[in-house]
Amino acid sequence: MNSPASIAVLCRGVTKEFGTGEAKVQALRGIDVDILYGQMTLLVGPSGCGKTTLISIMAGLLDPTAGEVSLLGQNRRSLSGSRLVRFRAENIGFVFQQYNLLPSLTAVENAAVPLLIRGVRRSEAIERAMGLMTEVGLRDRAFALPAQLSGGQQQRVAIARALVNEPRLLVCDEPTAALDAHAGRTVMNLIKRVTVRGDRAVIVVTHDNRVFDLGDRIIAMADGLVETTAEESMQSGVH
Amino acid sequence: MNWLAWKMLTGDRTKYFGIVFGVAFGTLLIAQQSSIFVGLMRRTSSQIIDITSADIWVMDQRQRNVDDIRPMPESRLHRVRGVVGVEWAVRLSKSMVRVRTLSGDFTQGILVGLDDASFTGAPLEMLQGHHLDLRRPDGVILDFDGYRQLFPGEPVTVGRVLDMNDRRAVVVGICRVTPPFQTFPVIYTRYSQAVQFMPRERNTLSFILARAGRGQDLQVLGQRISQQTGLKAMTWDEFFWLNIGYYIDNTGIPVNFGITVMLGFIVGGAIAGQTFYLFTLENLKQFGSLKAMGVTNLRLIGMILFQATIVGVMGYGIGLGASAGFFELMESSGQADLRGMWVPWQVAAIAAVAVGLIVVISSLLSLHRVLVLEPAVVFK
Repeated sequence: MNSPASIAVLCRGVTKEFGTGEAKVQALRGIDVDILYGQMTLLVGPSGCGKTTLISIMAGLLDPTAGEVSLLGQNRRSLSGSRLVRFRAENIGFVFQQYNLLPSLTAVENAAVPLLIRGVRRSEAIERAMGLMTEVGLRDRAFALPAQLSGGQQQRVAIARALVNEPRLLVCDEPTAALDAHAGRTVMNLIKRVTVRGDRAVIVVTHDNRVFDLGDRIIAMADGLVETTAEESMQSGVH
Repeated sequence: MNWLAWKMLTGDRTKYFGIVFGVAFGTLLIAQQSSIFVGLMRRTSSQIIDITSADIWVMDQRQRNVDDIRPMPESRLHRVRGVVGVEWAVRLSKSMVRVRTLSGDFTQGILVGLDDASFTGAPLEMLQGHHLDLRRPDGVILDFDGYRQLFPGEPVTVGRVLDMNDRRAVVVGICRVTPPFQTFPVIYTRYSQAVQFMPRERNTLSFILARAGRGQDLQVLGQRISQQTGLKAMTWDEFFWLNIGYYIDNTGIPVNFGITVMLGFIVGGAIAGQTFYLFTLENLKQFGSLKAMGVTNLRLIGMILFQATIVGVMGYGIGLGASAGFFELMESSGQADLRGMWVPWQVAAIAAVAVGLIVVISSLLSLHRVLVLEPAVVFK
């Protein structure tokens, strides 16, 4: 049993349905899971098992059909509309599979976007983003456009962007899927090194079994349900 | 966030210029064609525009425009002069004549006969000579563009001899006039001489130009003249608009230009709208990311409207500038075809409204896609 203070995201009996009538699909069928601060939690499972739906709910991008969700100590139901949008901007960082960098912005400008969204002055935002660029090892490529960077470098920019706001929850969706084995491992190592700390929870959705050993905890999903969690997965040799 | 919107917009130069081009093209067509239409309509009233010294134009009751001359007997002039409130009234004749040069070249011309004593209605801008030179035997004043038609490539100088209705006429002055609709030469002479040049008719009086006495209400005076003489009496404004109304009602010109203007609106709107829409579609993932990262719908609307305003203002500026530049070029090149045409502020305002509509429609199409976008799309 985890202490409430150590739980960043709590899900109890979470279900999610899409469509209606005969077209109805049950993506999640009663999820009970805790995401803990200070850990990198890997969410694994075959395609269509509900991983993306679950992290979308955990990141406040989707509403669950039923069940209780607590995000960073806040009841999800109490967050809606502009409060939810502000909550996301202030507390959640995202790393996407396809990086989703703005092609017309330089690397450091991309990293500064979340600060700009929060209304920080551009010069200050760039300065703060530059610090993160150093941390992810891209200071010398800070003024390159995304098209001038390799896939691995773009993902490092995306990590810098996700961290620039000092989020308490970092959600990474298949961050290594578009990368080769070496670049993928570098990125995962980077995520583990620069993102995991005591007051932050990190969730990584991944298919990539080459990086399973980097997770502090693994949640395996199948068919809309949590199949195994944490050490169980590691011990039963999911990877 | 406007900075971000600007960077997103200009990031893809090809699309950015495509949208601006669409708006500029629409503006150019709308502004240029509308201006030519307005210019042509003004040209139909060129003789009215050029005579500013008369307050009231008096003519036959059935006359419908400035070219549809119904000559009146001379006695009508005295009747008008007898109306209380008329300070003075003078004759004016206007007719079409065949003008021939000594080299044998000939063309139709607009002959204007001015009151022998006052020369009321004489051209305001003389390039050579003086309107008093009309007192010389056989003297006529020819407009500059007409001179270039009759004597192409030859030095512009007075003293040239013309032939009208087998009578000799000597060019004693060269003037600048508002170009007429038919682009024929405009020839001014004394009234007494004009009747010699024009084809023989029983009546030769085309118009009576009247000046109102001090403090007279022009419309009231016009009605009084009409009541007492049985003639049509109109103020400058009334006659100007009657004339333009005639051409609008009885020719295909407005429909023709209207179609071109509409095409400009549709084609410009289609290019700008479609490109802007595609631009938004291609950036949908980016907009989704921004939404996920905490950008509200309201701010996204602001960003898209900002982008639309930028392309609208740029396109409008370029299109309007190109229209104005076109007319300026025509004017400075000495081409008579489009001389005296410009982009009136009313046309600029109409073009601005049209561009505004194009931009709003384009934005609405794009906004819809962005607003209904689920931020969770970023994980798909």
